[in-house]
Amino acid sequence: MKRHLLTAADLDRDDATLVLDTAAEMARLTEGRSVKKLPTLRGRTVVNLFFEDSTRTRTSFELAAKRLSADVVNFSAKGSSVSKGESLKDTALTLEAMGADGVVVRHWASGAPHRLAYSGWIRSSVVNAGDGTHEHPTQALLDAYTLRRHLGSLDGRRVTVVGDVLHSRVARSNVLLLSTMGAEVTLVGPPTLLPVGVEGWPCQTSYELDPALAKADAVMMLRVQRERMSAAFFPSAREYSRRYGLDARRFALLPEDAVVLHPGPMNRGMEITADVADSDRSVIVEQVTNGVYVRMAVLYLLLGGAS
Amino acid sequence: MTWVVRGARLLGAEPTDLLLRDGRVQEIGTGLDAAGAQVVDADGLVALPGLVDLHTHLREPGREDAETVETGTRAAALGGFTAVHAMANTEPVADTAGVVEQVWRLGREAGHVDVRPVGAVTAGLRGERLAELGAMADSAAQVRVFSDDGRCVADAMLMRRALEYVKAFNGVIAQHAQDPRLTEDAQMNEGELAGRLGLRGWPSVAEEAIVARDVLLAAHVRSHVHVCHVSTQGSVEIIRVAKQRGFPVTAEVTPHHLLLTEDLAASYDPRFKVNPPLRTADDVAALREGLADGTIDAVATDHAPHPAEDKECEWDAAAFGMLGLETALSVVQATMVDTGLLDWAGVAERLSAAPARIGRCDTGDRAQGRPLAQGEPANLVLVDPSASGTVDARELASLSRNTPYDGRALPGRVVATFLRGRPTVLDGKLA
Repeated sequence: MKRHLLTAADLDRDDATLVLDTAAEMARLTEGRSVKKLPTLRGRTVVNLFFEDSTRTRTSFELAAKRLSADVVNFSAKGSSVSKGESLKDTALTLEAMGADGVVVRHWASGAPHRLAYSGWIRSSVVNAGDGTHEHPTQALLDAYTLRRHLGSLDGRRVTVVGDVLHSRVARSNVLLLSTMGAEVTLVGPPTLLPVGVEGWPCQTSYELDPALAKADAVMMLRVQRERMSAAFFPSAREYSRRYGLDARRFALLPEDAVVLHPGPMNRGMEITADVADSDRSVIVEQVTNGVYVRMAVLYLLLGGAS
Repeated sequence: MTWVVRGARLLGAEPTDLLLRDGRVQEIGTGLDAAGAQVVDADGLVALPGLVDLHTHLREPGREDAETVETGTRAAALGGFTAVHAMANTEPVADTAGVVEQVWRLGREAGHVDVRPVGAVTAGLRGERLAELGAMADSAAQVRVFSDDGRCVADAMLMRRALEYVKAFNGVIAQHAQDPRLTEDAQMNEGELAGRLGLRGWPSVAEEAIVARDVLLAAHVRSHVHVCHVSTQGSVEIIRVAKQRGFPVTAEVTPHHLLLTEDLAASYDPRFKVNPPLRTADDVAALREGLADGTIDAVATDHAPHPAEDKECEWDAAAFGMLGLETALSVVQATMVDTGLLDWAGVAERLSAAPARIGRCDTGDRAQGRPLAQGEPANLVLVDPSASGTVDARELASLSRNTPYDGRALPGRVVATFLRGRPTVLDGKLA
């Protein structure tokens, strides 16, 4: 494995399999136990550096690090060089001076974790916890973990990802990781929300949802922000839901054993209806649980727990 | 002050001597000598007329932490320039006679190159109403080039009026072609790479749509439009067609758009963040071809100094722009001369004569961009094309360090620069 996890492209098939297997081991060792802690990262310091609010991701990483007995520091840096707060560089130098072993970073700017990892400001391992509209590799890992639990091997499995791909770091990481794992990914969305050059990505694309459902082993609905319509990405929330929302009718088009994923937080009634979100084939809540195991695995493998 | 330049290859031709006296080239021939003359050994060096930059950001007044007229013009002289056009996006904006005269005077005091201030087209660069173009033209600075550079004159009506108005004093509107709505928060060239990196795209069409509109407007009102920093293949094609139809259009390309491509953005290192953005290899090839065949008239640096904190940050938060003055000639040698696309006479045309004509500074007793011939102003640069070196950002004369070429090997070295017979640079150092 590489020293940092910045993009799902940092993981080859063996690396990804190792992370998922390790996550399964983490689950085995902690699930159902009254004491969920492992001593693996005792004495190590993990900093959660969040330039953007995300309670769920921060909490997931925090739990993961704590279950490995690491010391966890939450560093909420609302400032940026734009708002004239502390700069990324100064924040990084501060963390370095405090002796962080691993930095988990969430940032509004694409590439900020890359800057942290390669600018020579810090020596720690950097884990990308979501950067701008770039990537969110641990989300893709937890999705792959969840899919593997339900579908077995991902080889040849069909995964349909629906919605605002243009602004989605989840979609980018999933396309890379799932294709690395041998799955066939289809991105579905209005042409305005599929990035320029998407035809060069290792996946299929479609502007129509119905035909992409019949053979899908899994469908992943992306969060769509209502504000997007003001920038003319689509005319109205209602039209978006009608064309790209997962409702009961479309749900019925899926094969019987197909599962439904969503990275959260959901816009119920927008990209997914409540009955689908709450159905027994929705694995959305399980994704959250698996997120902790996958992040435990990533921290364990990156912070030298193996050595 | 009398100088003999011995054995220089004029525009790359056979070696000859030049006698510089009283600010002029007094004689060209072999075995020249004069009592009391100082001698520069130019064996193996190519002599070109002093370079003229149409597009320089000197940052003064307002951002003296990034560059000053003094430091920027030192950098220019070291790069072989004898004149620069100082862009108007200072603080305050150069939109009045007072500001352009201040910049002009600072240039005179520094004395390294002629500083030709560019005036803003619209008051405060706001794109709402015309600045006092006539007052700037009539000022001591005698402004002829007007530009809202950094911003596009996006309003078609305002652009039309600006083009019409400057005809009264033989002015030119230098357009930064960028449709603002198509490039909101744009970060890099729009394409597959931008999609993968999650950086907001700056599509070629946002430049080309404005270029197409402006060449039509210029033809309609019969006034000269100059297209700044052309960056796309499509813009080259539009300008080529416009010129075939006889439209009054000229264009420039930057050294960095002749050499660098968008893939550098994959590092997320803001040293490679520039506006217009670095494009694809196909665009680079089209720009080189356009410069070679004359579709693009001139190379202009778009020298854009920024302090470290504006580049040592997230890509999205970083300022646009890169240094250019001290590396321009080397990049042109690497991309155009060493590739066989342009000879040294062509370089003289594209980096001296053409920009001087476009900037309306090719006549008068302070004329720039004149040929190296007897009786002409002694503005020249001696370059050693066989030298090679590695760019070291820390060694640049500019106050800023944001060169995209740090650590890169580039051919050629400016050995000496003369401004009206007086050396501003000797042995590669300020004289």
